[in-house]
Amino acid sequence: MKKILGKLSNALKRSREGIFSKIRDVLKRGKVSNEDIEEIEELLILSDVGVDMAEELTNELKERLRENKMASPLEVLKEIMKEKLRDGDMNGNITHSKPHVILIVGVNGVGKTTVAAKLAKKYMDEGKSVLLGAADTFRAAAIDQLKIWGERVGVEVIAHRPGADAGAVAYDTVKAAMARGIDVVIIDTAGRLHTKHNLVEELKKISRVIRKVKPSSPEEVLLVLDATTGQNAIKQARIFKESVGVNGLIVTKLDGTAKGGTIFGIKKELDIPVKFIGVGEGIDDLESFDADEFVDAMFEGNLHE
Amino acid sequence: MFESLQKKLLDVIRNVRGMGKITDKNVKDIVRQIKLSLLEADVNYKVVKAITDNILEKARGTNVLNSITPAQQFVKIVYDELVSMLGSKEAELRLIRRPSPIMLVGLQGSGKTTTAAKLALLLKEEGKRTMLVAADIYRPAAIEQLKILGEEIGVKVFSENNKDVMDICKEAMREAKDSLVDAVIFDTAGRLHIDEDMMRELENVKRLIEPDERLLVVDAMTGQDAVNVAMEFDKRLDISGIILSKLDGDARGGAALSMRYVTGKPVKFIGISEKIEGGLERFYPDRIASRILNMGDVVTLVEKAQRVMDKQTAAEFEKHLTHSKLTLQDFLDQLKEIKKMGGISSLVDLIPGDFKRGLKASSVDESQLKRIEAIINSMTPEERRNTRILNASRKKRIARGSGTTVADVNRLLSQYEQTMSMMKKFVKGGKRFKGIRLPF
Repeated sequence: MKKILGKLSNALKRSREGIFSKIRDVLKRGKVSNEDIEEIEELLILSDVGVDMAEELTNELKERLRENKMASPLEVLKEIMKEKLRDGDMNGNITHSKPHVILIVGVNGVGKTTVAAKLAKKYMDEGKSVLLGAADTFRAAAIDQLKIWGERVGVEVIAHRPGADAGAVAYDTVKAAMARGIDVVIIDTAGRLHTKHNLVEELKKISRVIRKVKPSSPEEVLLVLDATTGQNAIKQARIFKESVGVNGLIVTKLDGTAKGGTIFGIKKELDIPVKFIGVGEGIDDLESFDADEFVDAMFEGNLHE
Repeated sequence: MFESLQKKLLDVIRNVRGMGKITDKNVKDIVRQIKLSLLEADVNYKVVKAITDNILEKARGTNVLNSITPAQQFVKIVYDELVSMLGSKEAELRLIRRPSPIMLVGLQGSGKTTTAAKLALLLKEEGKRTMLVAADIYRPAAIEQLKILGEEIGVKVFSENNKDVMDICKEAMREAKDSLVDAVIFDTAGRLHIDEDMMRELENVKRLIEPDERLLVVDAMTGQDAVNVAMEFDKRLDISGIILSKLDGDARGGAALSMRYVTGKPVKFIGISEKIEGGLERFYPDRIASRILNMGDVVTLVEKAQRVMDKQTAAEFEKHLTHSKLTLQDFLDQLKEIKKMGGISSLVDLIPGDFKRGLKASSVDESQLKRIEAIINSMTPEERRNTRILNASRKKRIARGSGTTVADVNRLLSQYEQTMSMMKKFVKGGKRFKGIRLPF
C-alpha cells in the first residue's frame, strides 16, 4: 500500500508540473507508439476532457498520423484540439438595439459576481456605458460585494434589499438602462445548483420579466464555469442551456493548475462556445477567448504554468 | 449524491449477478467497466488505476472464482475497496485546547464561509461555545457575509476592518480566551494553491494560532485537479481533514474519493444542503460506500431523525398515535420535523435501493407538502384538533387563508381520514410504533 501511495504522489507531482508539457514531451520523442497514445489518453483524462473525448482525440491523432507519416504529432494534436474548440465569429459582439442585456448565471462559487464586475470593466474600457444589476438577493452580502466592485470599476449598481425579488431587480435595472440610454446591462444572479428546481425557475422568471421591458432581451446568457470543475460541468451546462438558453461560457480560475478540459465536452455535446476566460485575480484578467491561442498556450505552458 | 457513479456501478454489478460463473476473462471486462465508471465520476486517474488493480488482484483470487455466489463475493470486494479508498473509519474532530482553533482553508468559491457557519452551528448544537473569525480580508463583503450568517445562527463573529490578517487572528485568539470560548473557527480567504504569497500567509496564520484542526474545504464538483489542490495544501499546512462541500448537487464526488487516497487525510464532513441548519454532516466512509452501491444508509436516517426530532414532540406523537388520536396539529409537527431533516428528497437518498425505487417513481413533491402546511396553518387550534367542525364556510376561509382551493382542503381532509383509519387498524393489530412514521 505504501509503495502504491509513493508512486502515486510522484506521478501526480509530474502531472502538477504540467499535463500538456508532458504530452508535448511524449509526442516529441519521434515515432508515436501505441503506449505513447495510451499515455496521452491518460494525460488528457487528467486535464478533465473526459474519457470519451480523450478517446476521440487520440483516435483522430492516430488516424491522421497514419494518413500523413511526415506530420509532426504535436502539431497534429494541437490542430485537432483547436478544431474542437473553434467557433465562427462570436466574440462579444454588441447588439445595436440598446441596451445589450447580459445575464450571468452559474452554480455557487464559480465567481459570477467577480466576473460581472470584470465584464463591466471590459465594456467600460471599450467606451461603452454599463449598468450592473445585483439580482443575487439570496447569498448573504452578495449585493454588498457587487456594490464594492461597482465602486472600484466606476459602474453604477442597481440593487434592492437582500431577499428581495430577483426578477424585480432585473426589471428595474433594464428599465433604468433604457431610460438612460445605457449600452450594456450586466445582471448578476444568485448561484444555484442546477439540480435545485426552484432556483432554476427563478432564472426563467428573470428572463421573462426583463422581456416585458425589452422583448429581445436577454441578448446573452453567459454561464460561468469554474475551470477546476470536473465532468459535472457538462451536466451543469446542459441544464442551464435547457432552462434559460445559455449562449456562451466564461471559464474562470484558469490561473490555477486546472486545465478546464471540460470545455471540449461542452462544445461537442451542447455546442456552447467559450467567450471569455478568467486568467487571474486582477480586474483586467478577463480575456476574450480564442481557440488557437488557448490551445497553443496550453502546450507552451504560458497560460498559467 | 454520488448518483451517477452509483448508477454505473450498479449496472456493472447487475451484470455480474447475471453471470453464473466468473472467469478470468470476464473479470477483466468487469474491472474495465468499473474503471470507466470511476473516471466518469472524476476519480483521479492514478487512483482509479490503483483501485482497479487491487480489485482485479483480489477478484482473481481463488475464493471468488470458485465461490458458489461469485457475484456477492465480487460486490464485497468492490465495497471493501471503496471503503478503503474513502477511509476506513470516521474521523472525529480533535479539539484539544481551550479555546480550540479550527482553520478553514481552500480555493476561491469552495464554500468556506458558508461551511464555517454550518460548522459553528453544529458545534453550538453540541453544546460548545463557539466563535467565528472573519479572516478573509480580500474578497469584497466576505466579512459582511460571515457577520450576517453568524447573526442568523446566534454565534459571535469576530471581525475587524482595515487590519492585516495576522493582527485579526491574534486579537481573535485573545478575545476567544477572554470570553471562555470552546472553539474558534477561522474563515480564511480563498486562494490558489500555487499562489506563493497567499500560501505563505496561511503558513504564518497556522504558526500563530496553532490550530487543532486545519480543514480543507473542497467543492465536490472538482475534477481531476482536486488531488493537486489537496496535496499542495497538505504539504504547506499539514491539513488534518477535508470538508466536501456542495454534495447536494449531482456532483460525482470522485474528488472526495481521490483526495483522501492521495493525502491519507480523512474527509470529516460533507455539505449536503444550502441551508445552514442541517447543512453539514459527519462523514462515514462505510455508509457512503453503501450509498454508492445502493445498499442504503439506514443508520444515518435513524440518527438524523433522532437528532432533530424534539423529544417532547416525539413522545406526544407516540401517545396520540397509540390512542388513535392523531390530530392535524401532529401532522403539522411531523412536516416540520421532516423539513428539519433536510426535506423528503434528502431522506429518500438514505433508503436502501429496492424500497427507494417506488419512492423515486412517485417523485415526492415537496411543494405539495408546503401546501398542506399552509392549509393546516390557516386552521384554528380547535379545527386542527377536531376536523368534524369544518363546515363549508370554515373550509372556504381556510382555502382563502392558505392560497388554495376548497378542493385542496377537502383532499387533505380525506387523506387525513384515510390515515386515521389505517392507524386504527395498526394499533388494533397490537403493533406499536417506535420512532417516527410518516403519516403520509
